[in-house]
Amino acid sequence: MKALTLLRNARVAFGLLVLLALVVVALGAPLLSAFDPLEQDLLNAFRHPGIAGGDPAHALGTDSLGRDILARLLYGARPALLVAFVAALCAGLLGTTLGLVAGYAGGRTDAAISRLVDVWMSFPSVLLCIVLAAVLGAGLHTVVIAIIVIDWTRFCRVVRAETMLQKSHDYVASAITIGLGPGRIVASEILPNVAPLLLTLFTLEMGIAVIVEAILAFVGLSVSSGMPTWGGLIQEGRLYVNQAWWLMAAPMACIIVAVLGLNALGDGLRDALDPVKAR
Amino acid sequence: MSALLDIRELELRLQARPPCRLLRKVSLQVAPGQIVGLVGESGAGKTMLSRVVLGIAPANTRVTHGAVVFDGRDITHLAHAERRHLLGREIAFIPQNPMTALNPVQRIESQVSDVLRMHLRLDRSAARTRALALLREVHLPDPETILRRYPHELSGGMRQRVLIAIAFACKPKLVIADEPTTALDVTVQKQILQLIRELQRNSGTAMLFITHDLGVVAKLCDHVVVMYGGRVLESAPAQRLFADPQHDYTRALFAATPRFDRPAELLQPIPAALTQRLAEEVLALDSTCRGSST
Repeated sequence: MKALTLLRNARVAFGLLVLLALVVVALGAPLLSAFDPLEQDLLNAFRHPGIAGGDPAHALGTDSLGRDILARLLYGARPALLVAFVAALCAGLLGTTLGLVAGYAGGRTDAAISRLVDVWMSFPSVLLCIVLAAVLGAGLHTVVIAIIVIDWTRFCRVVRAETMLQKSHDYVASAITIGLGPGRIVASEILPNVAPLLLTLFTLEMGIAVIVEAILAFVGLSVSSGMPTWGGLIQEGRLYVNQAWWLMAAPMACIIVAVLGLNALGDGLRDALDPVKAR
Repeated sequence: MSALLDIRELELRLQARPPCRLLRKVSLQVAPGQIVGLVGESGAGKTMLSRVVLGIAPANTRVTHGAVVFDGRDITHLAHAERRHLLGREIAFIPQNPMTALNPVQRIESQVSDVLRMHLRLDRSAARTRALALLREVHLPDPETILRRYPHELSGGMRQRVLIAIAFACKPKLVIADEPTTALDVTVQKQILQLIRELQRNSGTAMLFITHDLGVVAKLCDHVVVMYGGRVLESAPAQRLFADPQHDYTRALFAATPRFDRPAELLQPIPAALTQRLAEEVLALDSTCRGSST
């Protein structure tokens, strides 16, 4: 019932469609692509995209080593989605926990966590990522950790504010007066009331994570260059942009659609789940 | 007579600059099984007093003098972890606004069961059985259905009944009711008051009943405490207070109350000279005790 009303929101419907497509592509990449994304075919290098009147065997053309772009894009959805999901989840867990503690405890605990967040947010984030990657070495785990390290503050600030708001409601005072402890009150009274907000934040964070992953892949700090990632594809295509425009255009389009979809989903959910705006 | 709740010269300050007193040496006693009415205008300190007893006074306030003694035990500065064992089990609370006092995202069942499972250590099914019985005791129709409902599906009166059921769930020694009928319409008010009186009689619970409705006090309470400006002006058994009010303010309060038996009489506002005098008294009181406890 509630879910159906949500789907009537155009942005939510579009976002869910994109998310669904991402999941299907990431899981079904081996079935969906006719080519191995790593298989080189030097005789067929720089084939024009089939959809633009080029080689019909390669819908999105081939790169300098004759690898099929469509196959590489399909496989590239895997790291993008994996990073988006894991990083957003972990950043959410860390930020939400600290935000709940800060918002509910108040006083010195709140001051300490809030100052930490302030200081943390004053670091330039991309630079921080690169430094982190330099320390941890390149790889998918680095990308995930970098996103968690940077973006937990986003969750923390929002959840803290919402927790403080919920805490001022009478039902929390009621919970205290029946003798429930602080842990219990935060977990079973406040958290469910913050959950709609978390869903929104999580979705928006997934969009951000896709971009960060692309940026780090572009500068070569994500998975090793053999495995296709969208950011990596852009970086490879950059060298041949004058001869083969599709090498950069195709992965860029993927990133744009994915991020647009996730942001639309997040925005749509925020509007749909906000009781004040819903009126 | 040993009081169940003994508030001794309680002084509460707001930690502001300059610090401001919210309660000025308030003393009151509630004996076991007794209903004490706490009356006064908005801002008299009634709710603050109840919050100090419950340990949910705002964080920027401090008790700077006096004590709250419950059942022979000083609970003024009791740590939250220890107070938890008292709240809900020995001291229960009926809040003012039933529309906001229930968690909007939890079913009634879990909200009623919480207090039972926490204090009586009942398992899920025992808590459910007990919750059903409690809802029947507060005369809610079809308790099985109500347990599955969310708060927004119930009316204000029904929610207040649920909150009363929660308050009386563990047979507390003291129930503090903070204007439990203010947010309800008049016909429902009467039913809720009847219910509270019925439960109180059956269980022999003592009550601290906060209200600004003198009609309610006259019907319900054994003893009445009149507050103004954070201090107690008059404290007397209900019958004597209504028959022979001692303080000018109490008399003014009575004159400002509409009465069905004398509809022709005009309501008298509380005279400005009286509030002026009370304000001056408070200033004088504050200047004498300023040095002692700052």
